[in-house]
Amino acid sequence: MELIYEKSRPGRRAGLVPRPDIPRADVPPGLRRATPPRLPEVTEQELVRHFTALADRNFGIDTGFYPLGSCTMKHNPRVNERVANLPGFRDLHPLQEDEGAQGALELMWRLQRYLAEITGLPGVSLQPAAGSQGELTGLMLMRAYFTDRGEGEQRDTIVTADTAHGTNPASVTMAGYKLEKVATDPRGNLDLADLRTKVTERTAGLMLTNPSTLGLFDEGIEEVAEIFHGAGALLYYDGANLNAVVGRSRPGDMGFDIVHINLHKTFSQPHGGGGPGGGPIAVRDSIEPFLPAPQVVCDDDVFRLDHDRPKSIGRVRGFAGPFGVFVRSYAFMRAYGPELREMSEAAVLNANYLLARLRDVYDLPYDRLCMHEFVLSARNLKREHGITALDVAKRLMDFGIHPPTIYFPLVVPEALMIEPTETETKERLDQLVDAMRQIAREAAEDPELLRTAPHTRPVQRLDEVRAAKEPVVTHSFGTSAVSATGAEA
Amino acid sequence: MGYVSLTDSDRSSMLEAVGVSSIDHLFEQIPAGVRFERALDVEPALAEAEITRLLEELAARNAHTGIELSFLGMGVYDHYVPAVVDMVLSRGEFLTAYTPYQPEMSQGVLQAIFEYQTAICELTGMDVSNASGYDGCTVAADACFIAKHATGRSKVVLAEAVNPMVRQVVKTYAPGFGLEIVEVPHRNGATDPDELGTAAADAAAVLFQQPNAFGVLEDAPALAAAAGESGALPVAHVDPISLGVLEAPGAYGCAITIGEGQGAGNFQSYGGPHYGFLAARANLIRRMPGRIVGETVDAAGRRGYVLTLQTREQHIRREKATSNITTNQTLLALGGLVYLSWLGPQGLVELGETCISLAEYAKERLGDAGFATVFSDQPTFKEFAVRVGQDAREVIRAARARGVHPGYALGRDYAGLDDALLVAVTEKRTRADIERLVEVLTAVAG
Repeated sequence: MELIYEKSRPGRRAGLVPRPDIPRADVPPGLRRATPPRLPEVTEQELVRHFTALADRNFGIDTGFYPLGSCTMKHNPRVNERVANLPGFRDLHPLQEDEGAQGALELMWRLQRYLAEITGLPGVSLQPAAGSQGELTGLMLMRAYFTDRGEGEQRDTIVTADTAHGTNPASVTMAGYKLEKVATDPRGNLDLADLRTKVTERTAGLMLTNPSTLGLFDEGIEEVAEIFHGAGALLYYDGANLNAVVGRSRPGDMGFDIVHINLHKTFSQPHGGGGPGGGPIAVRDSIEPFLPAPQVVCDDDVFRLDHDRPKSIGRVRGFAGPFGVFVRSYAFMRAYGPELREMSEAAVLNANYLLARLRDVYDLPYDRLCMHEFVLSARNLKREHGITALDVAKRLMDFGIHPPTIYFPLVVPEALMIEPTETETKERLDQLVDAMRQIAREAAEDPELLRTAPHTRPVQRLDEVRAAKEPVVTHSFGTSAVSATGAEA
Repeated sequence: MGYVSLTDSDRSSMLEAVGVSSIDHLFEQIPAGVRFERALDVEPALAEAEITRLLEELAARNAHTGIELSFLGMGVYDHYVPAVVDMVLSRGEFLTAYTPYQPEMSQGVLQAIFEYQTAICELTGMDVSNASGYDGCTVAADACFIAKHATGRSKVVLAEAVNPMVRQVVKTYAPGFGLEIVEVPHRNGATDPDELGTAAADAAAVLFQQPNAFGVLEDAPALAAAAGESGALPVAHVDPISLGVLEAPGAYGCAITIGEGQGAGNFQSYGGPHYGFLAARANLIRRMPGRIVGETVDAAGRRGYVLTLQTREQHIRREKATSNITTNQTLLALGGLVYLSWLGPQGLVELGETCISLAEYAKERLGDAGFATVFSDQPTFKEFAVRVGQDAREVIRAARARGVHPGYALGRDYAGLDDALLVAVTEKRTRADIERLVEVLTAVAG
C-alpha cells in the first residue's frame, strides 16, 4: 500500500493550531528554518483510513493466538487502558510538586511493595524503561557495590549461560564488563563442573534466566548460588520468564541478589508493536543504597520522591520511570491479588499440555516437564524433508496463528520456542496443536507448500538480504527505486 | 480468577493429557528448598468495577494540568494531543503486537515505523533514524556510545545548559561506556562557542541543546561548527515542536540529532512512557542502536518492510552488539507519527509561531509586573527563566494554593538561581491564562 507521504497533497491538512490574538513574535533570522520538513499533508479522514489500513495489515494478541516464546503475549485487559488514561494520571506533569502527585506516588509505592513480595527482594526501583535497561542498571549496581567494597577493579567479569537472551551479553559489554559463558548440561541446567572453573575472584556476578530460555527450571540453582556467593560474587535474575513462577518460587529465595521484572511480559503492559515496556529492579538490602535516584518513599502516609541518595548510581532515565506502565501493571495485579499464583500455574499447565500433544511430531531436545514455555526442534523435518523451523513458522501464519520464536535459544538447532500464556483457552491450544501436526504432515506430503508459505498474508516472504545490503530506511520523495504497486522502476 | 482461561474441567483433562495428577506435580522441578509455600501477602483480588474505583481515587489525588493552570516544562510539555492519536493507538493490532520479528504478520507496524523514521529525518535533516529510544535522556547516552566507537575517542563534552536529567543519565552510563565527561558552563544562559570548541579538543562528541534547558536559543550553528573543527561529532538535542520554525540540525552540520518526543504526540503521564528519537548521518547507520526498518520486496516483487541491519543488534551480535536495547517505545513513536501527520508542515510552523508568540507575550507581561527575565538579552522559544525575588519553591507553593503552577524552580539544578522560575508556555495556554499567571505571581511574590 501507499506510504502516507505518497497520499500527501500540498495544502491539505488535518489539524488546526490556536492562533491567539497577541503580537506575533519570531525566532532570530539566523536560526529560522529555510525549508519546512516534508511532513504528510492529509485530511483527518485520510489519516484515519491510512492507519486503519496499516492496522489491518498487522497482527496482535487481539487478532489471534501469539505464542511467541520468551515474550509472554498474554491478554491485555482493557480496564488497564481506561485507568491509565484517567486525566489524573495521563495529564500529570512529572515535575509536579510531591504534594500535588500523592496519588501517583502512592500507586508507585504500592507497586514497589507488590514487586518486593513477588520477588522476595525488599529494595525496588521502578526507573528502568525496559528489561534490557533493568539488566544494565543491575550491572551498574554490581559495579557500585563492589567499588564501595574496594573490589571494583578486581571484579571485572560477568558469567552468562549459553542459553541467555542476547540482551545479557550485550548489557555486559555496555556496562564495561568482560563476558564468560557457561555451558548447559544434558538436562538443560547450568553445567556445574564448567561453572566451577569459571567463577573466580575476578567474577562480579552471574546473569541467569530461571526458568531458562529452554523453559526449564534450573534444578541446581541452590548450588549455583552457593558457588557465586562463596566466591564473593552476586547473582542477577533476568525476569523475562517470571510468568512461570509467581507465587511458586521467588528469585530472592533462590539466592538472587538483583532481579528485573518485565512489566510488559508478566504484568500485561501491552507490547505496542515493540514497546513501551517497564523494567523495574528489586534488590537485597545490601544493594539498596546504590539504587537509582529518585526513589519513592513513604513517611507517615505521605509519599515523596527521595533525591538525596549519596551512594546511588544516579539516574538511568528521565523522571521516575514509565508511569503509565505502572498504572496498567498495578491494575493488573489487583485483579489477581494472591491468586497471581494461579496465573503462573495456568501458564505452566498450558505449556505442558501443548508439549504433551506435540512431542511425537517434533523433536524434543530436553525431555522434561517444562515451565511456562518449551523448545521443540524442527531438525527431524529438516533431516527428513528439508523443511526448516522458518518454513514451519511461515506456514503457521496461514492458520491465523502468530509463529513461535524461532532459532532461539542458539543451543537448539531449528528451535521452535512456544509460550502460550495463561489467558489462552484450551480450544486455542488445540487449534495450535492441530495446525502444527498438519504442518508436520505437509512437510512430508507437500513440502513446497511450506517453503512458499505464507499464502494468506498481505505480503509473501520478504527479501531481507536486499534490505540490509543497500538499506532504504526513509521515503525518498519521488526518487524511489521501488514503486508502490510492486514493479521495480 | 483474574484473567486465567481454564475451567476445572479443562484443568483435569489437560493434566491427564500431560500425564500428571496435579498442578503441584508440574512444579516439582523447582527444588524443595526454593519453593514458595505460603500465599503472597498482598490484598485480595478485585473486580473490574472495584479496580476502577480504586484507581480513580488515586488519580483524584493528583493535580493534573486539566485542573491546575500549569506552566511546567523542563523536558515534558502540556501540548495538545489530538483525538486521532488516541484512536490509532487504541487499535488492538498495534497496541497488542510484539516487536515485528515476523514481517508477514507485521507490515502495518513496520510501514508505520518506516514512515516515522522518515518524519524524524525530515524534522532533523538527518539521513537515518532508528525506531525510537526510551526517552530524551537515554538517547543522549546512545549518541555518546555511537560517537565513541565512530571516533575512537572517549571524551564527551556536555554543555551545562543541556537539560540536567539528560546530563545525569549520560553520567550514569559513562563508567560502563568508558567515557570521560567534561561540562562547559553556561554564560548568561547560553553556551559560548569558543569555550565549547576548546573543550572539544580530542572529544568524541559535543552535546548541546536547542533550545537549551533555560529555553534560550543557542547560536547552534556556531556550536556545531566549534565542535566539528576538533573532529568531535556535534550532537544536537532538540525540541521537535520547534523544528517548523528553527533550522534543522542537519542544515548546520550536526552528525547526530536526538530529542524527547513527548511534546509531539504523547501525554505527560507523570514522565512516561514517551519516546526518544535518535537520527544520524548515513555513515553512522551501522553503529546505531535499536531497531531500524528498511524497505524491500517480497517474493512476488511487491514492496514491503522488514527490520534491517539486525547484525548490529543484541539478538544476533550478543556481546558485540551496538546496544542491548530490544523493547523500545514503538507505540509512543507511532503516536508521534500520527501527531506529525495530523499537524503537517504548515501546522508545525504555525505551532512554533504560536508558542514563541505566547512565550514572548508572557515574558513582557511579567516584565511589566516587575518580574525580570533572568537572561534578558537572550532569545527564547517556548520557555524562559524569570526572577521572582525570593525562593522559587516558596513561590510555587503559594501560587499552587491559588490554582496556578507557575513553573519549575531552577535552583533545584543550577547554583545561583534559587529565585528563578522556568516558565513554559504551550499553545494550550491562552492570553487569559497568562494574565492569571501574572496576577497570581504578583499576589504571592510581587
